[in-house]
Amino acid sequence: MNLLSFSSLITLVLILDFSSALYFHIAEGERKCFIEEIPDDTTVIVNYKVELFDPRSGGFMPSSPGIGMHVEVRDPNDRVVLSRVYSSEGMISFTSTTPGEHVLCMYSNSTSWFSGSQLRVHLDIQVGEHAVDYANVAQKDKLSELQLRIRQLLDQVHQITKEQSYQRHREERFRQTSESTNSRVLWWSLLQTGVLVCIGYWQMRHLKSFFEAKKLV
Amino acid sequence: MLITPLLFTILVTLISGIFSKSVELTFELPDNAVECFYQEIEQNTSASLEYQVITGGQYDVDVKVEGPNKQIIYQQQKMQYDSHPFTAQHTGVYKVCFSNEFSTFSHKLVYMELNVGPEQPLPGIGEHATVLTQLETSADEIHSALNRIIDHQTHHRLKEAQGRKAAEHLNERVLWWSTFETIAIVCVAFAQILILKNFFSDRPTLYNKM
Repeated sequence: MNLLSFSSLITLVLILDFSSALYFHIAEGERKCFIEEIPDDTTVIVNYKVELFDPRSGGFMPSSPGIGMHVEVRDPNDRVVLSRVYSSEGMISFTSTTPGEHVLCMYSNSTSWFSGSQLRVHLDIQVGEHAVDYANVAQKDKLSELQLRIRQLLDQVHQITKEQSYQRHREERFRQTSESTNSRVLWWSLLQTGVLVCIGYWQMRHLKSFFEAKKLV
Repeated sequence: MLITPLLFTILVTLISGIFSKSVELTFELPDNAVECFYQEIEQNTSASLEYQVITGGQYDVDVKVEGPNKQIIYQQQKMQYDSHPFTAQHTGVYKVCFSNEFSTFSHKLVYMELNVGPEQPLPGIGEHATVLTQLETSADEIHSALNRIIDHQTHHRLKEAQGRKAAEHLNERVLWWSTFETIAIVCVAFAQILILKNFFSDRPTLYNKM
């Protein structure tokens, strides 16, 4: 019984802890987007909680069951990974399949009754190794402290390796862009010179025949 | 009776594992806009703010950190990137604002990281009764070294993104500008001829009256 009250106390503390996560304000119906640049096969966990502004008390209502959040995740090729309406509080997770910029957009499914009022959105985004819940891993796999630490180190190294190979991929894209700029500048300057010479020649020819026709020379 | 505490502990560990108080966000900052983020920080907790502008304009942004009593903790104008560690003097809501008000047409992409408090220890490791063995200490050291590597990687990734986006922008501008320039040259050449011919023509025109 003692243990029960103790753990529920901790739960309470931790839930309070979450309500102190980073938050921002948006108007109802307003779209808010965040960009996550991640390698492939990386898990992203998003936790959010929405509170509606209460004009009567001048504060924010701790829970607003009427409000739903529409969450949309797009991968670098602009394909929709996830698009769904969630409740006012929730956890979303997705794993990337293509490396690159993933865009996560949130907006409330506003009803015209409330439109224009303010929403407070608590948001927490964890990527890769940060998204792994080690307490859960320890319990599931029966790992000792040291084993758990080693597991964490391994995960970190995996993440670094993934990031490194993604870095290589991006470097390639960067180089391609630079090379393309380089060749465009080269070809364009050659073309430009050609155009100038042709035009100059044509101008002289044309003027000469014109002056001759006018009997000026 | 035994199940419930276990369930609670699982729930607790689940929650504590997910909500470490460090958040990284990359967001769009439209022109003339201000984006504010709020974070509740307890007294005497160390926190650090790191930000970098990835694209847009001169890669600069106005940044302000405000404490609970409206006191200004950090204020910089037209900064490209910076990091600012601070210790919370009072418990309360701290406000971080990014402003693009000085810019009328450049839309920006800003990365921000806000770390509050020390890293959450792994479950069980904090409450160690005995002295750490050598293996455990070195594991800890490796962990912090790897954390530093990840931080550097993030920084490098952002720098690379900045460079890459600038290069892509340049590439596009070279294409458009060269097309435009070629068209301009051809037009000017024809115009020159027409005007010159007008100078010598017998009919009175705008040019030979001058």
